[in-house]
Amino acid sequence: MASILTVPSRRLDRQRLQDAAFRGTTQLFALGVLVLLGGIVMALAVGAVPAFRRFGWAFLTSDAWNPVTEQFGGLPAIYGTLVTSLIAMLIGIPLAFGIAVFLTELCPPALRRPIGTLIELLAAIPSIIYGIWGLFVLAPVLQLTVQPMLIDILGDLPVIGALFSGPPLGLGVLTAGIILGFMVLPFIAAVVRDVFSTVPAMLRESAYGIGATTAEVVRHIVLPYTRAGVIGGIMLGLGRALGETMAVTFVIGNAHRIKASLLAPGTTISATLANEFTEAVGTLYTSSLIALGFILFVITFIVLAAAKLMLLRLEQEAAK
Amino acid sequence: MQARSGLTFWLGALAALGLAAATAAGAGATEISGAGATFPYPIYAKWAEAYKAKTDVSMNYQSIGSGGGIKQINANTVDFGASDMPLEPDVLEQSKLTQWPMIMGGVVPVVNLQGVAPGELRLDGVTLAQIYLGKIAKWDDPAIKTLNPDAKLPSTAIAPIYRSDGSGTTFIYTNYLSKVSPEWKEKVGNSTSVEWPTGIGGKGNEGVAALSARTAGAIGYVEYAYALQNKLTYVKLINKEGATVTPDSKSFQAAAANADWQKAPGFYLLLTDQPGKESWPITGASFILMHTTQEKPDTAKAVLSFFAWSYQNGAAMAEALDYVPMPDNVVKLVEASWSDKIKDAGGNSVWQPH
Amino acid sequence: MQAADLYARRRTVNGIYLALSMAATATGLAILFLILWTLLRNGIPALGSDLFTETTPPPGSRGGIANAIYGSIVMTAVATLVGTPVGVLTATYLAEFGAGSRIAPVIRFVNDILLSAPSIIIGLFVYELMVLRMGHFSAWAGSVALAIIVVPVVVRTSEDMLRLVPASLREAATALGTPQWKVIVMVIYRAAIQGMLTGVMLAVARIGGETAPLLFTALNNQFWSTNMNGPMANLPFVIFQFAMSPYADWQVLAWGGAMLITIAILLLNILARLLANWSNRSP
Repeated sequence: MASILTVPSRRLDRQRLQDAAFRGTTQLFALGVLVLLGGIVMALAVGAVPAFRRFGWAFLTSDAWNPVTEQFGGLPAIYGTLVTSLIAMLIGIPLAFGIAVFLTELCPPALRRPIGTLIELLAAIPSIIYGIWGLFVLAPVLQLTVQPMLIDILGDLPVIGALFSGPPLGLGVLTAGIILGFMVLPFIAAVVRDVFSTVPAMLRESAYGIGATTAEVVRHIVLPYTRAGVIGGIMLGLGRALGETMAVTFVIGNAHRIKASLLAPGTTISATLANEFTEAVGTLYTSSLIALGFILFVITFIVLAAAKLMLLRLEQEAAK
Repeated sequence: MQARSGLTFWLGALAALGLAAATAAGAGATEISGAGATFPYPIYAKWAEAYKAKTDVSMNYQSIGSGGGIKQINANTVDFGASDMPLEPDVLEQSKLTQWPMIMGGVVPVVNLQGVAPGELRLDGVTLAQIYLGKIAKWDDPAIKTLNPDAKLPSTAIAPIYRSDGSGTTFIYTNYLSKVSPEWKEKVGNSTSVEWPTGIGGKGNEGVAALSARTAGAIGYVEYAYALQNKLTYVKLINKEGATVTPDSKSFQAAAANADWQKAPGFYLLLTDQPGKESWPITGASFILMHTTQEKPDTAKAVLSFFAWSYQNGAAMAEALDYVPMPDNVVKLVEASWSDKIKDAGGNSVWQPH
Repeated sequence: MQAADLYARRRTVNGIYLALSMAATATGLAILFLILWTLLRNGIPALGSDLFTETTPPPGSRGGIANAIYGSIVMTAVATLVGTPVGVLTATYLAEFGAGSRIAPVIRFVNDILLSAPSIIIGLFVYELMVLRMGHFSAWAGSVALAIIVVPVVVRTSEDMLRLVPASLREAATALGTPQWKVIVMVIYRAAIQGMLTGVMLAVARIGGETAPLLFTALNNQFWSTNMNGPMANLPFVIFQFAMSPYADWQVLAWGGAMLITIAILLLNILARLLANWSNRSP
């Protein structure tokens, strides 16, 4: 006599099949993510081949951008991308740190959640809004007040002067860097605040217990403990700044030139793509644009991979 | 939990049904699409609006620049392309395209100087070239002062504004500069997209107009309708005969009067630096590009019907914006070229003249 | 004496740092309010029934942004409907089946790269893949580009949520003899649904404001169009085009659209946050 607890083997087989099918489906989609990234890299690489074959490594060092003679070089775009991101970091990191310190050490607990939410809302604002705000509000203010001031005060100094020379246009590398700084600020602040709060209370309180001031606790206890995570957060912000398109396109001035002055117009890789891609005529021009996209992808990939590794290391250390 | 997931399911199903219905419904109305030059955009948009009111055909025109128009028609992503730079006859042959002039207008330098009224400032081609080359950097430069002894010129820095996208307006402008300044021709050249020695780039005629209006000390070049519509400070130019001309439909027409369209193969004709005391030196025509073999003859017919209607009924709207409509004899030549050049897969003409 | 000096100096330094951190927070909040205020000040004049019922006009005529609003809603909806299942299934693999596998960490890594990849690159990719092949711009291409942005967000949040489901729930279901796929679909999904929904809402908020991927895929359409197989108007592109133009009436519409997008996205974010808090509170 069969026990009531025995499941008919046909039913079991069917269930096993269903399980395998489900697992296979999820595996398929998961692999699809890999295929997607691979596809993007391949599509970019293939599209960039004509440009690289024609110009070789010179594409990275040439500052020509002449659709008439079909001479293209990526240097102005790469330079602009790096410089605007650098300015963004110089502005965003101190502000983000200040906010993180305020929220974790100073802020009364009742206000912590609302202020934290407000800062995170900064991250939710679409980048195109930053762009038009920069164009309509920030650029005129810079052109009429801040930039003339910078030129007057700093323009004649020996080394720094070169950074602040030229007519005040309102648009340019500096303006783009400032807008980018405001954009990445909430991202870095969110990550830094999160890693700051992973510091065990006991560590911090022992420091306070021996009489350390808040600033000293942050500098000597919190920061060293969260070093990997903080650097990871910074690099996440950097990755974001490098790839940002719309906020920059509005205010950078669209000039394929490298000038020492921060007040000069310039361009970034993504702004160049946004402006010129739908209109590039000729295989070499289009291929040069895709090559720029490929370079941007490589740069952001390296930065993001490094950030991810840093954050992974922090997670492992915290788990210990 | 059960109720919520059930609700989610029904919402999702409704959304999917709605989408399907929308797609099906959308497939019915006639839509023709074109992309390209920003130069004629104000008048094309006006024509499209009027045409839709009359025939319910939607002419969707995206002003992405002449370079974009050429690229998109070559890629066959639009029904027609628009470009202020005419393609040379051998390029037309190679790309299996035909082109014709649709409308004419003038490219006008505009400035942003406090205390200078529209039409007050006077420049010539060589000075313009020097400004855009970066050789003349301030508004109170002696070269500008000589041409304008009475004007109050501040010592502000000049901010040249150019087109950052591939532009037929740039083509017309640099064509003029190349004709009057050998230095410009050698250093920069003539094309839809050049390597500008100095200045800021704006996207489209719109972008240049917006930047010029916003940046103190700016000088830009725009199609005249943009200067009019946005009340920009335009500049008078000294033409080939040495006469000072104001930009308006009269001076554009004077330049266009010299055009001999019949003798131009593929309608390739440039109207810059034309002779005549009243001629505006930077005049140009804007062209339409279509494939010579049409896979969808009905769409082609709809496109040509729109342009035929615009030729016939659009003159008043064009003149209100200071464009110059094509003269009747040219319209006849163009429509003859449609029957001649634009054919369907079977070799039959798409357009029947009437 | 020295100790007192040292103490005084430490206190001053501390005071400076804390003042700076307060100033930084004030700056951050000030930027937020400045942007919101600019949006409201310039966008409210655009409000009116026209904004929602009329289509984008040529310069100099009256109109609204109805076609752009419609296009954005449709493309966002399609992208979410396509991207969410893909993301959830991938997250299921990573959370449920990926434990011992060597490829799961790689997929997670790649997913995070995709999460922060420049969206213009994704637009380029879809242009090469779809627009060129199909021979025309289309709302389908635009939706695909947006879906590619949705997937990593959903994968990230869903995986976290699925992992949070207590093992006891899993084990109880399996002990009843439920096949694994039913455990996942009927028990674990249901337990994690609020968190996953939050993730979807965050993804929607993210793509709602994306412009770059649509620049080369859906392009734009000045007329009302419901045809997914052709260019379709969308809010970000219209804002881009109208804001950069010199026409005052276009600029007003641009600000109106910008205000609408920002309010919608901020509301979605706040809602997602409330939903997450609410689900965390219930035992």
